[in-house]
Amino acid sequence: MELFLFILLSILCIGAVLGMIIVNNQAYSALFLVLAFSCTAGLFALLDAPFIAVVQIIIYAGAILVLFIFVIMMVDIKEGLTPEKKKWTMALACILAVVLLIELLVALKSALSPMATSVSGQAGNASEIGHLLFTKYLYPFEITSVLIIAAMVGAIVLVKKKDSE
Amino acid sequence: MSDILILLIKIVAALVWFLVLTLYLTWLERKESAIMQDRIGANRADFFGIRVIGLFQPFADAIKMMFKEDFTPTFSRRFIHNLAPFVAFFFTAVTVQAIPFGDVLRVGGKEIKLQVLDIDVGILFILAMLSFTVYGVLLSGWASNSRWTLLGGLRGTAQLVSYEVALGLSLIGLVMVFPSLRFSSIVNYQGELLFGWLPQWGILLQPLGFIVFLFASLAESERVPFDLPEGESEIVGFFTEYSGLKWGLYMFTSFMKVLLIACLLTTLFFGGYHVPWLNPDGFHFPWGGEWLLPHGIVVLFQIIMFNVKVIFFCWLQILIRWTYPRFRYDQLMDFGWKFLVPLSVINIVATAIVMTLLK
Repeated sequence: MELFLFILLSILCIGAVLGMIIVNNQAYSALFLVLAFSCTAGLFALLDAPFIAVVQIIIYAGAILVLFIFVIMMVDIKEGLTPEKKKWTMALACILAVVLLIELLVALKSALSPMATSVSGQAGNASEIGHLLFTKYLYPFEITSVLIIAAMVGAIVLVKKKDSE
Repeated sequence: MSDILILLIKIVAALVWFLVLTLYLTWLERKESAIMQDRIGANRADFFGIRVIGLFQPFADAIKMMFKEDFTPTFSRRFIHNLAPFVAFFFTAVTVQAIPFGDVLRVGGKEIKLQVLDIDVGILFILAMLSFTVYGVLLSGWASNSRWTLLGGLRGTAQLVSYEVALGLSLIGLVMVFPSLRFSSIVNYQGELLFGWLPQWGILLQPLGFIVFLFASLAESERVPFDLPEGESEIVGFFTEYSGLKWGLYMFTSFMKVLLIACLLTTLFFGGYHVPWLNPDGFHFPWGGEWLLPHGIVVLFQIIMFNVKVIFFCWLQILIRWTYPRFRYDQLMDFGWKFLVPLSVINIVATAIVMTLLK
């Protein structure tokens, strides 16, 4: 049963990501991304990490992508890029793809080492994660929240400036 | 094998309970609004000549809805247009599976939990499913490919996303008091007594959290005074291009949300299935009396109590819906961001201070 679900979710996830890349319409692309995130959440749930699964849905599918789609639907960009620009973006995309591939391989290498696979069964538990965040990873956690608040304030300031002009 | 069978029966039973009660919520809304406005309300639907105060009306409505023409505009994005109502419906219907209806039922040496999905992160599960229902609004507005529905969809999405912030924050204080995200343990904590006589319900420990949660969840249900996504009386809403059964699904989803909110209010703030002073072996009154009851009767009492509380909150929501006028859009946003969100943050800080002082 679990294997069947794993295969189903994986195929759906890969298909959704492929669809996201191939489809030309931005709105459909974003919707494929929602599907991909939901499948990833399902995979987390299969790995006995319900907290991570649910948070994945709340944050990515429920908040970030809703705003993405919101903007895409409001702006509704119809025309694509000019051929000249297309060449540039093609070259840039190739470079970025190679960088991403290397990054993924490095991540995979450390993920497959015996050190990394020994995660305790409670790793996906809400209280366990909370405990780790407020003891072992307190400083990274606090610094990240300061960064996020700075980014939020920055965004508001930028929008306000445009308004007053 | 029998475990899987029991699980299947539980899933179907919870879903049937949810759908049937939602069906009768439409009847309750009609009757309650009629009484409030000094009318009689729906009473004509009869079943072989039997009319019981219009109790067959929901079935007549359902049959009418099914046989209406289902019209899809040619200019719409067909697939997404057809998908959107089902997204809204499905992710609302799924939430009932995390609600506890009662304690453990023991039948023939088997312990059956009267809750389908007893996961560690029950509260977050429901919030996640609710955040999926936003797509029902967003996609229907966009896929209908008409300006008015797009505006309605954007308006609705902005409202839902804004109020989800307050909704999530209002529950943090509750999670701090009852240190768990699991519905069954939150309800169990509420079964304990405060000072030896007062049932320790969420509303007593988290009054501010309750107020914020009530308003935020009313906004999530998209009904008056927060019905800007729909705006049936003058501004055009997100499901204008729907007809027949698909429109019916949207209407049904909105009623399901009312019922879901009633379930959440009951479970989180009003002791869930707990009857005051009812222990697993019977009543133990704080003034010394005792009334011992067999196990089956206790479970029955719990289920009845849960239903009574849920129906009370449905009644309350319909009362609010037929009493107040609608917010203006800027008032709506101000109320969410400048009143409810700060209030919930105050609630979190106050809860933390009180808990530290009492330690």
